[in-house]
Amino acid sequence: MKLIINGKEENIAENELSLSKLLTLKDVKFPQMVSVQLNGEFVKTDLYESKILKENDNVEFLYFMGGGR
Amino acid sequence: MRNDELLRYSRQIILEQIGGTGQEKLLASSVFVAGAGGLGAPALYYLAAAGVGRIGVADWDAVDISNLQRQIIHFTDDIGKLKSDSAFEKLHRLNPDIKIERFNLQIDAENISDIIKDYDFIIDGVDNFPTKFLINDAAVFLNKPFSHAGILRFSGQTFTHIPGGACYRCMFPAPPPAGLVPTCSEAGIIGPVAGVIGSVQALEAIKYITETGQLLSDRLLTFDALTSEFRTIKIKHANNCPICGDNPTITELQNTELPTCDI
Ligand SMILES: [Zn+2]
Repeated sequence: MKLIINGKEENIAENELSLSKLLTLKDVKFPQMVSVQLNGEFVKTDLYESKILKENDNVEFLYFMGGGR
Repeated sequence: MRNDELLRYSRQIILEQIGGTGQEKLLASSVFVAGAGGLGAPALYYLAAAGVGRIGVADWDAVDISNLQRQIIHFTDDIGKLKSDSAFEKLHRLNPDIKIERFNLQIDAENISDIIKDYDFIIDGVDNFPTKFLINDAAVFLNKPFSHAGILRFSGQTFTHIPGGACYRCMFPAPPPAGLVPTCSEAGIIGPVAGVIGSVQALEAIKYITETGQLLSDRLLTFDALTSEFRTIKIKHANNCPICGDNPTITELQNTELPTCDI
């Protein structure tokens, strides 16, 4: 299945996967480490498990960045 | 404007988007920079150089040798000096015509509103999540625009909050659990990334004050130095945002325990 992840087209072997599965595939160890936009809308952390991705979905992982000094 | 001011700012006055009117606006404006570190250093330099008439700088820390690799407002002979003093000295030498206000303190829920209420634009150059969220919350409550930024390793991100637009909590409703996201001292940071992102923050302040171009409001700019890629991601104001959404759960400022600093 083709997904657009952080602006780049990627082919994912699975044809049905949840957002939380994608996070695992993408090496995001804890869901609290990122904020996720699916097709422009933020998804609440507790919905990652039930959110099933479709072909051509646009997923943005926004990473926490706390540095500044 | 005096003759020497016309000369000092001539290269930006010549820009049709700035002009004499924009320069007058800059000279009459005020910007508060929280943190005189990696992000604060370039932001402060460029704001002072551009003639922002009043600049506030807050930092509680003293200059350490490990800061010098990126916090370019501090020099080797400043080691041990308060960062707010060290920054003040450089900025005053760069542009003696403007007013620099020093705050040698840690920003907290008790003092932040009183400090930022007197400034037109706020720049977040702090290095920890509790203070980043505090700056967001105080700015939202006071209807102040501010520039958020974060940097880590070879990457950085920044976005601008304009009253009514998306805020930091629209993207990240709450700080990450302590220890999950490393800090610069734990994970490292390459100096010029701070320079790139801090310079964008200065640009946002200048653009806001002179009403020039499009701000990074409702957009997050991300920069990856390893791939040399800049991206902007559209950020929608979240109706369920805990502070600026329809049913806010955060109604007052709160201090969160700061992680202990490991210099
Ligand atoms: Zn918000």
